[in-house]
Amino acid sequence: MSAVFNDIQLSRRSLLKGIGALAGLALTVGMDGIVMAADAPKFGGDGMPGGLKDNALLFVSIGADGVVTIVAHRSEMGQGVRTSLPMVVADELDADWSRVRVVQAQGDQEKYGNQNTDGSRSMRHSFGPMRQVGATARLMLETAAAARWKVPVGEVEAKNHELIHKPSGRKFGYGDVAADAAKLPLPARDSVRLKTPQQFRYIGKDSTRGIDLHDIVTGNTQYGIDTRLEGMVYAVIARPPVYGGKLATVDSSEALKVPGVIRVVELKGSPPPALFNPLGGVAVIARNTWAAIKGREALKLTWDNGPNASYDSAEFRKTMEAAARQPAKAVRNAGDTMAALAKAPRRIEAEYYLPHIAHATMEPPAAVARITGGKCEVWACVQAPQATRETVAGHLGLKTEDVTVNVTLLGGGFGRKSKPDFAAEAALLSKAMNGAPVKVTWTREDDIHHDYFHTVSVERLEAGLDANGKVSAWLHRTAAPTIASIFAAGAKGEAPFELAMSAVNIPYAIPNIRVEAPEVEAHTRIGWFRSVSNIPHAFAVQSFSAELAAAAKRDHRDYLLELIGPARKINPSEMADGWNYGESPERYPLDTGRMRGVIELATAKAGWGRKLPKGRGLGLAVCYSFVTYIAAVVEVEVNDEGEVKIPRVDIAVDCGPSINPDRIRSQVEGACIMGISLAMTGEISFKNGAVEQSNFHDYEVLRAFAAPAKIDVHIVPHTLDVPLGGVGEPATPTIAPALCNAIFAATGKRIRQLPIREQLKKA
Amino acid sequence: MPTLTINGKQHNVDLPEDTPILWTLRDQLGMTGTKFGCGMALCGACTVHLDGEPIRSCITPISAAAGKKITTIEAIAEDKVGKSVQEAWMALGVPQCGYCQAGQIMSATALLRTTPNPTDKDIDDAMSGNICRCGTYTRIKAAIKQAAAQNGGAK
Repeated sequence: MSAVFNDIQLSRRSLLKGIGALAGLALTVGMDGIVMAADAPKFGGDGMPGGLKDNALLFVSIGADGVVTIVAHRSEMGQGVRTSLPMVVADELDADWSRVRVVQAQGDQEKYGNQNTDGSRSMRHSFGPMRQVGATARLMLETAAAARWKVPVGEVEAKNHELIHKPSGRKFGYGDVAADAAKLPLPARDSVRLKTPQQFRYIGKDSTRGIDLHDIVTGNTQYGIDTRLEGMVYAVIARPPVYGGKLATVDSSEALKVPGVIRVVELKGSPPPALFNPLGGVAVIARNTWAAIKGREALKLTWDNGPNASYDSAEFRKTMEAAARQPAKAVRNAGDTMAALAKAPRRIEAEYYLPHIAHATMEPPAAVARITGGKCEVWACVQAPQATRETVAGHLGLKTEDVTVNVTLLGGGFGRKSKPDFAAEAALLSKAMNGAPVKVTWTREDDIHHDYFHTVSVERLEAGLDANGKVSAWLHRTAAPTIASIFAAGAKGEAPFELAMSAVNIPYAIPNIRVEAPEVEAHTRIGWFRSVSNIPHAFAVQSFSAELAAAAKRDHRDYLLELIGPARKINPSEMADGWNYGESPERYPLDTGRMRGVIELATAKAGWGRKLPKGRGLGLAVCYSFVTYIAAVVEVEVNDEGEVKIPRVDIAVDCGPSINPDRIRSQVEGACIMGISLAMTGEISFKNGAVEQSNFHDYEVLRAFAAPAKIDVHIVPHTLDVPLGGVGEPATPTIAPALCNAIFAATGKRIRQLPIREQLKKA
Repeated sequence: MPTLTINGKQHNVDLPEDTPILWTLRDQLGMTGTKFGCGMALCGACTVHLDGEPIRSCITPISAAAGKKITTIEAIAEDKVGKSVQEAWMALGVPQCGYCQAGQIMSATALLRTTPNPTDKDIDDAMSGNICRCGTYTRIKAAIKQAAAQNGGAK
């Protein structure tokens, strides 16, 4: 039985140990310590810390006025979860959406079940429980109405916010019996009847208006950075420019002269591993953010840059390339790849490079904390409220239950806000200010300099082709610093969950497949970025597949379908993937039929094979990511100056049944933009240990003029017997390879390193 | 003590004259609809109107607003064009996280007030100073066209 290796469990288990270490317990966290025990595997939401909860009384309350209040226990960061999960409840409850109010749950995993809003899991894991919640509440209303009318409950039907006694036509509003219903015992789970899909009012339709839409367009929303409390002061922090560095000297005399500056506070850093700990540094606390920023500019600081002071991206690339050119330990080994390569009449090899990238959420990290009576209350834009509680509690020496986390809206997340280091900063500063409410705001420079960066990687691929151009052997060496390094200092080489994102689990019908993972060290904080290791792996694998098609002089689509082979369901463990996004390998096999399906759909919609004028091309890529299948076809136009335009992108999505189709489309459109962004300009580089970029002028992200004229998202329909896939992340990794394959089709130039930036420009 | 006229109301502000309008709105006056994104006029999240012109409030000091009228997202619905932009934004489900959208709406409203029937290039030129990291650009462009059509700009 394979070990369940779950990234979030990894984070939490290690985090707890890290916090234990903070509290003075001597603990050594090794890789063994962060691999879950192999006994009694649990999958999906059941395998997450805190599991799943479906208690109707916890998630639904109904006022005498009939207003239905539904608790959203996941963080809203643009994916629409504050609409979509309550919409599922409202559907089963047959509530009128215009009379539904949504309140955000505080961080409380024991109460609400797992709240980690990452891994493209919210709907995938909570669809069932949220249906149960809504249907239970409906049954309780029907039961209360039946008792009032003294009729059998079977004669009562809840419909669009009304309870109807079917034989007599008598009616109650939901509010009329809500108080009675709330006093009833929760009905047994198996007595609760779920709707049939034909009865759905909102699920699978585009009719549900976003719960925060009106507030967003009128400026009435509250993000973490918008929190305001009585007596609140404002902080910005000068952090060590190099990860692992610390403050040497500070002269705050000029800073304290800046009007509005109240105090300068030194914050201690934490020894590695990074966990979700603050980086330390010097905080300037002021009467407003601007004064704090001005005060920080006036600080005179020197730093001891520590062990990463020589981290240099160009040098590190050479280190990774050297590692990728040497044999390394196999993490998947089917057949005898080395022997097959040796006898192949033709060998093709290619090496790809992808730099670090930063999340650059439009709302930078920001949090407010206040300490009263030995208890801390936090307001923050966090994806992981429970980890926030635990991190803050650890740093303040409080019990987790003495920390309250109010989850605000998130102005973008993309994985950055899974790490609540900024909330712990606010808590420590509140403590330094005798409990006064302190808001910590990260400036854009702070955000770009001190992110938990997407990894950097060298991907080396080699294939043996037979006389007919068919692949007989596949060797992939992937060298990248691991996310595990933030949980276990010194962890080297990609962890199993990273390799299971499009490196080992390539469902190609090739007899000899070998994947190797050379070890390279991390020299900065590495973190999850929307779709994580799928980005480098899929870029390399999907670019290389197109290179092989070109070498074999074959149409890329036809060749890719042949590589995948016939429709079949593969147990991920057969591909050395013991993770499978935390899902059951039986319930979620890798279905090559569905993978073929999205390729066929995207290429058909894009008009694959159509004649294009000079300088135009179509490029294709496919990816299995977060148990969803995505294929993208990018149409590109490259002019004589080497400037790139994207007239159109067609993306086929097979994520199982669609719950909120418009939000699926919007997530895929957004992932497409983010994919183009990282392909065209996304690069964070290091010199002397520090990040070279600082703001949107040198860390460029895609702007309106460069966006595709058209993004068409084509969703594969499914019934509810197919399990749900992820939506937020999966489309991102297909875009860069599809774009570069299109550039090859248009120009004959093969892009093997990202970003593309000036590579196509004519000198 | 500078006096600012914001959304038709006068405010006396006890801050140094070089304080940006952004932080005055957000920290001093509690009007948090206008967002901080970069502090260098690179992202447009802080866009407000100064006498009807879109400006980046993160680099514009309050001294520059003396005797002028500031309009923010909180009051843009009072403008017919602004309201049509908000309605188009909702109809097409433009926002994802929503953080940049106040700035986007302020820029789009300014565009449509001067150019009721914008071309694709007009839209690109007017909107490329506003970054959306969620990637809502295609819907933003469609919503601007829808608002233009609703206002009788596009035929």
